[in-house]
Amino acid sequence: MPEPEKQGQTTISTEGSVVDPRFSAGDRVRVRKAYPLGHIRTPFYVRGLTGEVERLCGSFPNPEELAQMRDGLPRRPLYRVRFVQHDLWPDYRGRDADAVEVEIFEHWLELA
Amino acid sequence: MKQDPGRYQPLSYFQLMEVSLRELLVEKGVTTEAEVRATLEDVRARTPERGARVVARAWTDPEFKARLLADGTKACQELGLDVPALRLVVVENTPRVHNMIVCTLCSCYPRMLLGLPPDWYKSRNYRSRAVREPRAVLAEFGLRLPDEVQVRVHDSSADMRYLVLPMRPAQTAGWSEERLAGIVTRDCMIGVAVPAVS
Repeated sequence: MPEPEKQGQTTISTEGSVVDPRFSAGDRVRVRKAYPLGHIRTPFYVRGLTGEVERLCGSFPNPEELAQMRDGLPRRPLYRVRFVQHDLWPDYRGRDADAVEVEIFEHWLELA
Repeated sequence: MKQDPGRYQPLSYFQLMEVSLRELLVEKGVTTEAEVRATLEDVRARTPERGARVVARAWTDPEFKARLLADGTKACQELGLDVPALRLVVVENTPRVHNMIVCTLCSCYPRMLLGLPPDWYKSRNYRSRAVREPRAVLAEFGLRLPDEVQVRVHDSSADMRYLVLPMRPAQTAGWSEERLAGIVTRDCMIGVAVPAVS
């Protein structure tokens, strides 16, 4: 097995083919507003909404493929995206800076 | 479902499925009874004391804390705590930011450091409300945060696992690492409580 390489703050395993990350911390990104069937790790409550990339977590096999007993390759970049609570819930009661951070795979994101 | 273990109860559907599957796997040589038992023992051996050790070390060793925040998985290995296959992200509470953890999709939880998750963590109530009205949920746990503190909720939706690094109480100056670990509870590391000195 190849040695893990360092990227940003996260150690990334180099096993299997991988997609180069398109986004970096600070980018504004919008989550696809799509409702495909299957094992989807993108929560419904953030679909169609815009947030900010907090960090690149690394690259991981695509869970949507793994759930179909396939190998999930190439591995997909996974990001932590920060959403402002008031963007998620217009009637949110709490201060403006309150936030939710969600892990989202790159193929669910586009530049906002 | 609580059952009186002293009374005979017929197996439930899922208990029956578990026994059938386990016996089939053993029969086909995929696993052995000894392996199943060893795995269960390993699961039970993991308790929140592991996480508390990590927190207490971070409180007493600033360099360790820096490494922990940079790469949680690697820093835990220094303490002999293996975090296999999963990436640990440690989020630090400060006077301005309070962190809490949830998994809205299922029940992802840093089991390698906290053991099995409490039932409430897996409940639909907690999972749906933690992201929707975190301040109300925290208040139900007895934690009322002042307005100037930001609440940051971490939804473990994919491959990362989270651990909250609470703030060290001011009254603990000079305490040993072991004594400090004693005030770090499971709930503090999920972020629904803060360490208290009694």
